[in-house]
Formats: sequence, C-alpha cells, structure tokens
Amino acid sequence: MSSHEHTSSFNVKDIWRVFFVLLAITVVEFIIALAVPESFMAKDIKNWLYIILTIMKAFYIVAYFMHLKFEKINLIYSILLPTVFILGVIAALMYESNYWLDIR
Amino acid sequence: MASTTAITGKKSIWDGGSEPFGASYGKLMMWFFLLSDAFTFSALLLAYAAIRFSAGSWPVPDDVFAAIPFVHGNHYPLVFVGIMTFILIMSSVTMVLAVEAGHRGAKNEVVKWMIWTIIGGIAFLGCQAWEWSHLHHDGAWWGNNPFLNADGTAGHVNFTNLFFTITGFHGFHVFSGVVINVIVTLMAANGVFDRRGTYETIEKVGLYWHFVDLVWVFVFTFFYLI
Repeated sequence: MSSHEHTSSFNVKDIWRVFFVLLAITVVEFIIALAVPESFMAKDIKNWLYIILTIMKAFYIVAYFMHLKFEKINLIYSILLPTVFILGVIAALMYESNYWLDIR
Repeated sequence: MASTTAITGKKSIWDGGSEPFGASYGKLMMWFFLLSDAFTFSALLLAYAAIRFSAGSWPVPDDVFAAIPFVHGNHYPLVFVGIMTFILIMSSVTMVLAVEAGHRGAKNEVVKWMIWTIIGGIAFLGCQAWEWSHLHHDGAWWGNNPFLNADGTAGHVNFTNLFFTITGFHGFHVFSGVVINVIVTLMAANGVFDRRGTYETIEKVGLYWHFVDLVWVFVFTFFYLI
C-alpha cells in the first residue's frame, strides 16, 4: 500500500521540525514589524520581506503538511503550474491600480 | 524501433485499473478543489491589494488591530493576531499527527489528535468572533469605517468592506473545516475507517485543513503586516 511508503518519508520528528520552521519565520516577521524602526528599514523593503517570508511559509505548509513534495511529479505539476494564472492577475492589477492612482 | 515496440507492448498507466497520479480519485479531486479555492482567495486578496494601492492613503494596521481581550487602554499591535496565527499553525500540526497516526492504523491516536485539531479550530473561531465584535463595537462594519487613513483623512470604507469579507470568507472555511473534522472524528471513533481498512479520509480532510491554514498565512501578511 502506497500510504505506508509515505510514512517513512515524513515522520513525527519531521512534523515538529516543520512546525519550528513555521514558528521561526513568524517570529522573524514579528521582529521586522515591531522591533525594526522604519528609519533603519524602509516600509517598502519590509513589505517585500513579508511577502518572501510568507511564500516560504506557504512552501513548508504545501510541501510537508500537505505532503505535495512526496507525491508523483505529474500531481505536483498539475497543482503548481495553474498558479501561474495568479501571477497574470497580479501583473494586470498592478498595471490597473497604477492607472487608478494616476487618475485619482 | 525496438524501444517503440517495448512501449506499445506495455500497458499504459492511462489504460485504467491504476492511479496515474498516485492518488485516489477523492484525494485528487480535493487537490483540484483546493486549487480552485486558491484562485478565489487570490482574487479577493489581489483585489484588496489593488484597491489599497490605488487609494493612496490607507488605515494603519498597527493602530486598527492593537487590542487584546481583558486588557484596556493599551496599545499592543499584532499581539492578538499573533496568538491566532499560532493557534492555527498548532492545529495544522495536530492534524498532520492525526494523518500520521492514521497511516499506522492507530485509531485512538487519530481520535486524540483530531480532537486537538477541533479544539484549535474552535479557539481560532472564538478569537475571530472576539476581534469582529471588538471592531464592530468601535463602529467598523461593512459600509462603515471609523479608522482614519495614515495621512489623517477620512478612512476608505473599502478597508472594512474587504476586511470583513475576506476574514469572513476565511472564517467560514474554518467553520466548515471544524464541522467536517467533527464528522470524521466521530467516524474514526466508531471504527468506520478500520472497517474500510484505510484512514485516507483523514488525509483528504487534512488537506482542506492545511489549506485553511495556508490562506490565513496570506491573510495575516496582507491585512496585518503590510
């Protein structure tokens, strides 16, 4: 049974390791938000750091908790490739919102 | 030529009778449902980003979300939402532990970890209910924004509209997740999965629960940090 092969690839110790990674990333986000003054780090740079750290957290949740990293490659691509459409919406809305701001 | 005959001679994985994706029908469809749900949440969050950017000035999250229960008159930015984030990540961990116990067929452990997951979900919903009622008490609701923009002008009403819509939609997902978790926990406790010979249902429900956690990670960043 395939589910028994999965257990060997991701055990209880790994679960807690991923938990501490997620916790550590969240703590870093809090330190950036509360302890780093904006005179030292501009809000724009902070925002980019938040987005990068968020995507890191998303990777750990999807890859390990949702087990996608250990699935067959065609399942991985079926789920990850369609998210390219989200990048399309981001590009379109960045362009649009710039225009909305200009005409305001 | 030799290799071609070898391939046509072999039964393809698409000929039926096997799982081409290495996942059952139900698990595969759960993944595709979550993909479509990810598009829905992306649309909501990106609409928020576009409206906020084009607004020019916007309320400051550190000032709006600075209250914690039972403490009055103080400024604690991000503390309460930090607790909520921790609760949801923690309940994701207990969910993986339930799935792991399911792989071993350990019924009592599955039930134990599922109950912890349900407690986490209910705790999160309780926190959200408190936050909503606190904001509502301050006069914030759909169509009503009492918080000033960062530059001191009257706050954009889209700030509260989008906040209550998006956290509400996410909260509805958490609520559905708790209901589904209760159902599968009762099924596990009654030995349904032992009779089926597989705890795969726990895995499918687990995928949904982790997705709810995943969405919260993004909601947290876009509403509370940026």
